[in-house]
Formats: sequence, C-alpha cells, structure tokens
Amino acid sequence: MSMPFYVAPEQVMKDRADYARKGIAKGRSLCAVSYDDGILFCAENTSNTLRKISEIYDRIAFAGVGRYSEFDQLRVAGVRHADMKGYAYSREDVDAQSLANAYAQMLNHTFTHEMKPMEVEILVAEIGDERNRDELFHILYDGSVVDEDRFSVLGGEADAIAARLDEAWADDLDLGAALRAAVGALAGEERTLVADDLEIAVLARSNGRRKFGRIEGDALTALLG
Amino acid sequence: MTLPFFTPDVDPGPDFAGLLRRQGRDPEARIADAASHPLTIMHGTTVVAIRTAGGVVMAGDRRATSGNLISHRSMEKVFPADRFSGVAIAGAAGPAMEMVRLFQLQLEHYEKVEGHHLSLEGKANQLSQMVRAHLPAAMQGMAVVPLFAGYDLQRGIGRLFEFDVTGGRYEELHHAATGSGSLHAGTVVKIGYRAEMDPSDAVDLAIRALFEAADDDSATGGPDLIRGIFPIIAIIDADGFRRLEDDEIRSRFEALLGDLSPSNTRGSADDGARPDQEVDR
Repeated sequence: MSMPFYVAPEQVMKDRADYARKGIAKGRSLCAVSYDDGILFCAENTSNTLRKISEIYDRIAFAGVGRYSEFDQLRVAGVRHADMKGYAYSREDVDAQSLANAYAQMLNHTFTHEMKPMEVEILVAEIGDERNRDELFHILYDGSVVDEDRFSVLGGEADAIAARLDEAWADDLDLGAALRAAVGALAGEERTLVADDLEIAVLARSNGRRKFGRIEGDALTALLG
Repeated sequence: MTLPFFTPDVDPGPDFAGLLRRQGRDPEARIADAASHPLTIMHGTTVVAIRTAGGVVMAGDRRATSGNLISHRSMEKVFPADRFSGVAIAGAAGPAMEMVRLFQLQLEHYEKVEGHHLSLEGKANQLSQMVRAHLPAAMQGMAVVPLFAGYDLQRGIGRLFEFDVTGGRYEELHHAATGSGSLHAGTVVKIGYRAEMDPSDAVDLAIRALFEAADDDSATGGPDLIRGIFPIIAIIDADGFRRLEDDEIRSRFEALLGDLSPSNTRGSADDGARPDQEVDR
C-alpha cells in the first residue's frame, strides 16, 4: 500500500493560486471605469460572439477574464440568481452585493475543495440612482472580494493597466473621455487598439429600466475619435 | 439564496420556468384537487389588437369584475412582453397577471442567458405552452386567454397571435379580439379595418371598438372621465413597444364622443321620437 506524500496546506494553496493566476494571465485584460452617467466596461476581445461583458439584471453587469467556459458558467449562474430573486421578491431587491457574495462563496468552495481552481477573475458592477451609489465588486479565483471605486482592472497585467488608468482618470469624465482613457490604459504605449479589438458596454443611468447597453460599430468608432 | 449551479445533465438552459421547477418553485398552478365548484374570482375583460402598416396596435379596457360586481376600475391588461412585443390578457385576473409576469421573465431570461432574443414566433410558442400548462385551471373556471403581438425584426412586419384555452396558437393577419366584450369590439374592428392602416387610425378604431363593447357588455369598462381612467393602448413597431399617454387617449375619446353626440347623428333622439309625423308629412 502506498502512502500519499504529505504536502503542507500552504504549499497546496500556493500551487493552486499559481495555477489559477497562470491561466488568467494567458488572456487579455479588461477594465471598468466610472464616468458621469454610469460605468463603462472596456475589454480587449477580438471575438464578436464570445462575450466577456454581459448583462445580469436591470442595474447589474458582469465581466470576466480567464477561461471563457468557466466565467460564462458563472455569468449564467448570476443571471439565474438575479432572475430568481427578482421573481421571488421584487426587481428592487436584486442587488450586486448579494450576488458578489454568492460568487465569492462558490469560487472559494471550488478553490479549496475541487481538483482545480477556476481560472477566472470576475467583476460584478451595479449603478445606483446617483454616482456615489455605484458599486464595483472585484472577485478573485479564490473567492476574495475587493470593493473598488473609480475603476477596476481584471487580468494578467492588472497592475500596469491600473497605474496608467490612475493617471488618466478624472472626476468628470464623460463617456467619450472615459472610453479613451480606458482604451489607452489597456493598450499601453506601444500599441493602438481599434474598434475591432474591443468589446465595449455601459451601465448608463440615462438608459431605461435595463441600464445595460453595448457600444458597437459606427457609434464606437465615432467615440474613439 | 445560493448560486444556482447545475451539472450539465440537469442544466435547465435558458428556460426560466424550468429553472424555477429545479429550484422547487413550480410556477404553474396545481389546483386539480381544488373544489370543483366555480369560485367567484376577478375577471379581466376586453382586449383587441389590430395590424397596421409597419406594426400592431393593442388596446384593452380597465375593468375587472367578480360575478356581477365591478371589482377593479383601473386594471392593466396590456403589457410589454419585451422591447418589441406586447401581450394582452382576458380571463381570470390572478392567473393572467402571473402568466404575464412569468412570460416577461421567460423572454428576458432567454435573452440574457443566450445573448440574443427569441424570434417572434418563438415567443408566441412560449406563450402557447404556458396557456396549455394552465388548462387544468381553465377547466375549473380560471381560463386565461391572451393576445400576443409584436414587431418581427427578421421580417420587418407586425404580427399578431390569438390563443385558445388549450394553448392553440393562431396567427391573425388583420385583427383579433378576446374577452367578454370581444364580440362587439371585434365587430367594430372588423367593419372599420382597412389593410395597411395608419397606426393613428388604428388607435381610433380600437378606441371606438372598446367604447362600443362597453356600451353593450356590462363587464367591459368605458372611458371614465370623472376619475380619468382610460383604456390602455400601445403601439408596437420598428421602434419597439410604447404605451400612449392618457392625455392623448382622453383627447381621442373626446373627439369620438363629439362625433357620437345626438346633434351629429342622423338617427338622433329627436327624429326617433316622432316617426309617425315623418310618415304623415
């Protein structure tokens, strides 16, 4: 009978975290930026169909980086969670915070109990009636939740992008300015990103009941200037 | 509430009702064992839909009745199903409202999960399945008979669908009416209908139809000028679903009442009272 080798829990956790981080770093990054009318999401994504940013509920959006199949599963679970809650109670009772907690619980469970952790980093964003009620919950592969304001960056090069975004960000950005700041931060100095490389969406206070909207095609090209 | 996560073999996909069932919240009324004598419950009444050039007009009165009593004066029976379609209901008010709510959620849920919306025909079939699932309740006097209409984005036309209590789905090319006053409302629409109608004319026709239905059917409510309650009328076209403002409906009603007033009518009360004298002359 063979004895399993003893591995220190610290080592197990570290190996899993490294594995997840490596997976996440393979993909392209994305960022969410608060602007005067809501929250702008900007992802580097050449695909027109495999989305990284999507609608969860009236005021709530989801964004994910890493392994597509995994964050898409999380996205669908989020839509289900929100729709079920809205059906059982009322539309007003659906909030990003409880969804973020549910995600955190799920990711943490997978991280500690399953064969492999999920190679994803996700963002749950909600806009309020006023700007100071906007919420950005950044959730990591191990279930840690970070509540961010102004902007949030997900993905392998998050630190470098966040540093660039920090410089470009201002209190009074309108949609166009926020978009250019986000695209500039994602691209860095050596590259230029054009409309085809980008997936852009907003949660805008000026939209109707469903605040989520995509910015594509000519509208996007015009905004990029 | 925990995150609804499923293994592939039991995943409900984009079906919201399926999801509810998996979570132990069956959305369909199970009342087969309930008392078989009819209950006195609220009923909503007359709704009509008219196809126009480039879209559809839907309209419904505001009255709900329980037996011979008026139980609600401002009930809404015309709802947006999603951005490009609407649903109008007649029948038992409680189950009808629930059906509309679930239908709206079904369409939105599908759109969010799949990333694109259902075709218009897909939406009509969804509703048909919901009506069919409701059949046991319908057999006990709680029938719900909706109308569904919308703008077909693929074909660029307005389309409308009628249903029966068994879930039968029938596409109508011109107009449809359902509910207790549908005989009168339907006849008015039938006479006034023209192909490729202007939406504004169709709105006037719908107003006239509901007025005539209210005139002859006690369960259909007419315009309530004292309380300011008017039928709900919506236009659905390439720009989506939009409900007309009450003020606009009020002014259209006032125009209709002006047309119908005795001084403008050939067969006025004055003439009718003395038929003999006319003959004598």
